[in-house]
This record gives sequence, structure tokens and C-alpha cells, in this order.
Amino acid sequence: MLRTLTEKLGKTTVCGVEELGYASSLLAESLYWLIFGHHRNQVVKPPAVFSQMMQIGIHALPIVTILAFTIGMMLAIQGIATLRTFGAESQVVLGIALSVTREFSPLIIGILVAGRSGSALAARIGTMQIAQEIDALRVIGISPVRYLVTPSLIAMLVMLPVLTFYADLVALLGGAVYSGLDLGMSLPAYADRTLEVLEVDDIMQGIWKSLVFAIIITLVSFINGFNVSAGSEGVGKATTRSVVLSITYIIIADMLFTFFLSH
Amino acid sequence: MPIAATQNDAVIEVENLVTHYGTRRILNNVDMTVDAGEIMVIMGGSGSGKSTLLRYMLGLHQPTSGNIRLLDQDITQLKPKQLDELRKSMGVSFQGGALFNSLTIGENVCLPLREHTKLDENTIQIMSRMKLSVVNLAGFEDLMPAQLSGGMIKRAALARAIVMDPKLLFFDEPSAGLDPVAAAELDDLILRIRDALNTTIVVVTHDLDSTFRIADRITVLDQGDIIMIGTVEEVRNSDNPRIQSLLNRESREVDIDADAYLRSLTGQE
Repeated sequence: MLRTLTEKLGKTTVCGVEELGYASSLLAESLYWLIFGHHRNQVVKPPAVFSQMMQIGIHALPIVTILAFTIGMMLAIQGIATLRTFGAESQVVLGIALSVTREFSPLIIGILVAGRSGSALAARIGTMQIAQEIDALRVIGISPVRYLVTPSLIAMLVMLPVLTFYADLVALLGGAVYSGLDLGMSLPAYADRTLEVLEVDDIMQGIWKSLVFAIIITLVSFINGFNVSAGSEGVGKATTRSVVLSITYIIIADMLFTFFLSH
Repeated sequence: MPIAATQNDAVIEVENLVTHYGTRRILNNVDMTVDAGEIMVIMGGSGSGKSTLLRYMLGLHQPTSGNIRLLDQDITQLKPKQLDELRKSMGVSFQGGALFNSLTIGENVCLPLREHTKLDENTIQIMSRMKLSVVNLAGFEDLMPAQLSGGMIKRAALARAIVMDPKLLFFDEPSAGLDPVAAAELDDLILRIRDALNTTIVVVTHDLDSTFRIADRITVLDQGDIIMIGTVEEVRNSDNPRIQSLLNRESREVDIDADAYLRSLTGQE
């Protein structure tokens, strides 16, 4: 019993380290193709990047708008109710501004994109793997990393910060609308106060986080997709696994990030 | 070792190839050569290692030991860039076609040209239409792979495989999943391509009818060993019991090794 348990733990650890190593080499290889692709006569094609940007970023705008606006309002409701016990309702602007830009925007965008695009990537790559499309790419002389991973990685690295910044604006608007209704604060007054308390560093903290999340989502989705070997059930498992792992890593990375930045 | 007489002509040379899947040994010391312009059929039952042999010939895996020379270049030693270069003169038709599902048939066929040549769009379109008409799929370029039948998918995959006019062409189970008529059409197509382009062709299959129709020579694999390489006549007349059971569709006689059986039961390999 104890032996099998230790054995299992050992195997899991080895697998984990192996996967981390694989992730680093995948990241290195996709950056290699971006920078040195023309030496190998395999450049990363801009249309591939743009189509990924559309899917990951632009098509997510409606849902991002709804989520961010709702979160902004939720924070205002919660903040005003809590601060009212101290009679400090007007401080709600500070609370909303900081929590939105530092935490909520990057986290919500990270989780949304992991669920929306990470799952799509893992399912697509997994299906390609079992249909031998990945092998077909290789025998045609096209690197699957250059053709599939690099465009997605670039698109994620561009679109996550953009979505995060957009979510900042919409969530602040949501907060302003509720504060206006509850406290009678006018929109310009709210905006003035927000600009007063908000620093560039606060927004940048969210942007940096979103860049890390972009790398996490891309690598986790592709590794799970490439590892599919057992039919359609394998694709389903890989998709689930990549979403769950992405979100877990995102939340852990977020916590670590916040810890180091507030020290 | 290949004999001296065929050495100049051989475009595919496999020497002492040993491969493992995990800890299991799949191929034992495989030696074979394929001459230029020849159709070599690799035949064997399931689990014989024939598909594995093909995957190693394509350079998809690194063997445990041994050499594989394609067009006088050892693919086990080549740098990635040189291997990519060599792959321009290879075409592969996979078992399920392996067409890219997100691209139309036309785009699938164009892809190797787009990636490897600097031809202008017009020329690329003309060349891909030409190859599609070779496989009798003219006019289908705007359809998606999901809209085609199994036989059409295989032919479209063949068009993609020959679009760069390869010197070496590989087929994995060309007749699998096809009705007898579609399978026979594909066989004719394989023969026509060889005659027209003088392509060297390697076909992995377990389909006997197709093997006897197209093969110049046959390599028979059984449990990771080559048990015979010969012409159609030689293989037909072989008195090797394994080959005879393969040809006569007899079920395999399992020789039971008492010790090995016991070990497999107790899980101690």
C-alpha cells in the first residue's frame, strides 16, 4: 500500500518535471521559429497569426464586455455595502480601481481565454494528432511548432494584454454606473477620482500578469493536444485537462505575482 | 548489407534497423533496399511492425540503432534542416488521408508548394489543379475534406503527396476502408504514377489482392523480422509456413513457450 503510494508519487513527480521540461523546450522552440525562421526557410506567416488573434481576441470581445461590466458593478455593490459600515462609501472608487486593474481584469481574462481558446486549441491539436495531420505536416517538411504553436503564442501574447486593458476600462465603467446610481456620483467626478488614485504601475501589474497567463494557456493547451494518442476519448480528456490545468496554474501564478509585487 | 550490384540503384537502404516502443522491441535488425522506379510492398499481419518500419523510413522517430538511407542520405544522421530539404523529394499518403481539416482540398494540395517554393499564386493554383485531375478530382478544390468520401479523401491525399513531384512515394494501407472498386482504382493510380513519373514507391499493406496487382517486389514482415524479400512469384511459391498462412488467411498458430507464458501470467517480464 505504502509502496504503491510512494511509487505513484514518484511517477507523478517525474511526469511533472518531464512536462515542465517539455513546456520550456516548446516555448524556446516557438520563439526560435519566430526569430530564426527565415534561416530555415520557414517563416511564421502573418495571416496565421491574424486569424488566431481574431479567434482569441476579437471574437471574445462581447463576452469580455459582459463579464467585465458585471464584475465592476459587483465590486461597487460589495464595496459600498462594506464601506458603509465605516461611513467611508466615497473610498469605493479607490477599491474598485485597484482591484480591477491589479487583480480582476487579468484573472477573469486569463480564465475566460483558457476556457474559450485554450480548450479549442487543445481539441484542435488533439484531433490533428489522431488524424495523423501532425505527422503529415512533419513529412511535408513543415515544423508543427512553427506552423501551429508560434502563431497562437504570438496571438495570445498580443491579445491577452489588449483584452485585459479593455476589461479594465469596461469594469471601471460598470463600477461608475453603480456608484452613480447608489451614491449619486457623476460619471466625470468618478473618472477624475479614478485617474487621481490610479497609477500606471497598477495597470502595468495587470498587463504583466496577462503576459504570463498567455504563455501558460498556450503551452498547457498545446502540450495536452500533442500528447493525445487514444482516439476521441483522448481528445476529450486532453481538453478538460488543459482547461483545468491552465486555470490552476493561472491562479497560482497570480498569487505568486501579487506576493512578489506587493513586497 | 546490400549486394554490390544493386547498390548504385538503391534509393532506399535500411540497414540493421532496431527499434523499440517503450521497452518493447518492435523491429529486429531489419535490412532491406528499394531500387529506383520500383514498387516495393511491405506486407505482414497486424503487429508485424510494417507500419513502424514505414514511420522510421519517414524519419518520424529516431531508431535505437541502424541506418536508413534515402537518396544516399542517412536520415538518422541528418540535421533537421537537411531532413526538411530531403522531405521535399518525398511524398506520403497516410492511412486516413491526414488532410488538414481546416483547409479546402485545393489548399491542402497547394500547401507544400506554398511552403517550399516561391512560385506565384497562379502557377500554384494551376499545378494543384493538374495534380487533382491526375487523381480524377478536378473541380473538387473548393470542398472541405469532411465533404468527401473515403476514396476521394485518399485520392486527394495522393494529389497532395505528388504535388512536389517526389522521387519517393510512401503509402500506408492505401486500400484500408475502401470498397473493392475504389481500392482497385487506387491501385491503378499507383501504377500510373510510377509509369508516368518513374517514382520509387513503398506501400505498406495487408491487402493481398492489391499487393499482387502492384508489387514489383514484396517484403514480408513477421513479428519484427523480415522473413522474405522477393518477387510476387517467389513469395507465392514460398514454402515458409508463416507466409503460406498469411497468403491463405489462416489463423496464426501460436507457439506456446511455457516459461514465457508463466512469466506473462505473473506479470514478471
